[in-house]
Amino acid sequence: MDEITLEKMSNEYFDVLKELGNIGAGNATTALAQLMQCKVDMAVPQVRLLEFKEMGEMMGGEETIMAGIYLGIEGDITGSIMFLLEKQAARHLVNKLMGMELEGEEFSEMEFSALKEVGNIITGAYLNSLSSLTNLVIYPSVPDLTVDMAGAILSVPAIQFGELGDKMLLIQTQFFDEQVLDGYFILVPDLDSYGRILSALGLA
Amino acid sequence: MGNLIKVGMADLNVCVSPDSITTLGLGSCVGIAIRDPVTKIGGLAHIMLPDSTSIRNNTNIPKFADTGIEELVKQVVAKGANRGRLVAKIAGGAQMFSFQSKNDMVRVGERNVQATKTKLAQLKIPILAEDTGKNYGRTVIFYPETGDFVIRAVGKPESVI
Repeated sequence: MDEITLEKMSNEYFDVLKELGNIGAGNATTALAQLMQCKVDMAVPQVRLLEFKEMGEMMGGEETIMAGIYLGIEGDITGSIMFLLEKQAARHLVNKLMGMELEGEEFSEMEFSALKEVGNIITGAYLNSLSSLTNLVIYPSVPDLTVDMAGAILSVPAIQFGELGDKMLLIQTQFFDEQVLDGYFILVPDLDSYGRILSALGLA
Repeated sequence: MGNLIKVGMADLNVCVSPDSITTLGLGSCVGIAIRDPVTKIGGLAHIMLPDSTSIRNNTNIPKFADTGIEELVKQVVAKGANRGRLVAKIAGGAQMFSFQSKNDMVRVGERNVQATKTKLAQLKIPILAEDTGKNYGRTVIFYPETGDFVIRAVGKPESVI
């Protein structure tokens, strides 16, 4: 697998990714609704290939505070997946989940683990769709969560994409319950896993 | 008060007093500020990866510690800084997530800091101060007038190194 760059990937691959994002986010929405015991809707996900410089701006500036959940992937493919949610949205989800109305700046330890669980369920649902669509075995690792500036969180997947090129691929998903929750998925397969995903999808 | 020049990820720029120069939300990346204290000409680079020679697709000069620092030095000297008087301050290189992985990409923050120090030592540019490592993001602002390197992090008081 030499000469794979994101820029060269076909429109077809983009469509597949979009569809994957759609199904994954759909599963994630269902999981989220079950967890929250309320109705959750979702807009059609946007798949974007962005320059590193554009990423932070897209999320409202590099200093926007976000919650980032990051998991490693093992199995037939290796790499990592990240789910990002703006802090207010994260706060909203946690409050709803715990049946409280707190507006504190910091998340408590319990809120932190609730948020980690939300991230785990959402990324798990996404990875499940990837796995069933490709017939590849995918095991997620234990998730880690951090609440920090968007730029700092995004540096982690950006660096991994940076080994490959100068852009990164982002799947933006909007969830709605009574408010709009902007979420972002970033899937970062290791270099040799790209080929495996593509051929599993019949594109290589 | 001069203008505030912004440097993005995998980017660099130069700056002359009274202007200042900033990069927002450094995570595992490293921000390298250099300055000639006499002419008060400085510059800031935001590098993402330690080594351009270990990657095939390496045409983006400011992305790597080795090529990025070389280019930064070249540009401040072109602007009128004295090569022999340059001093540096560095920040960033955090490990944002702590899950165990055999993948050494996780330790990339640490490797970025190491590569930055190696390159600066090789160019004989002394590091006057640093705020690196740990597990949180940093916004930095560099003032070539004073050499102050202001560091902001979420939920922490602002510091100057």
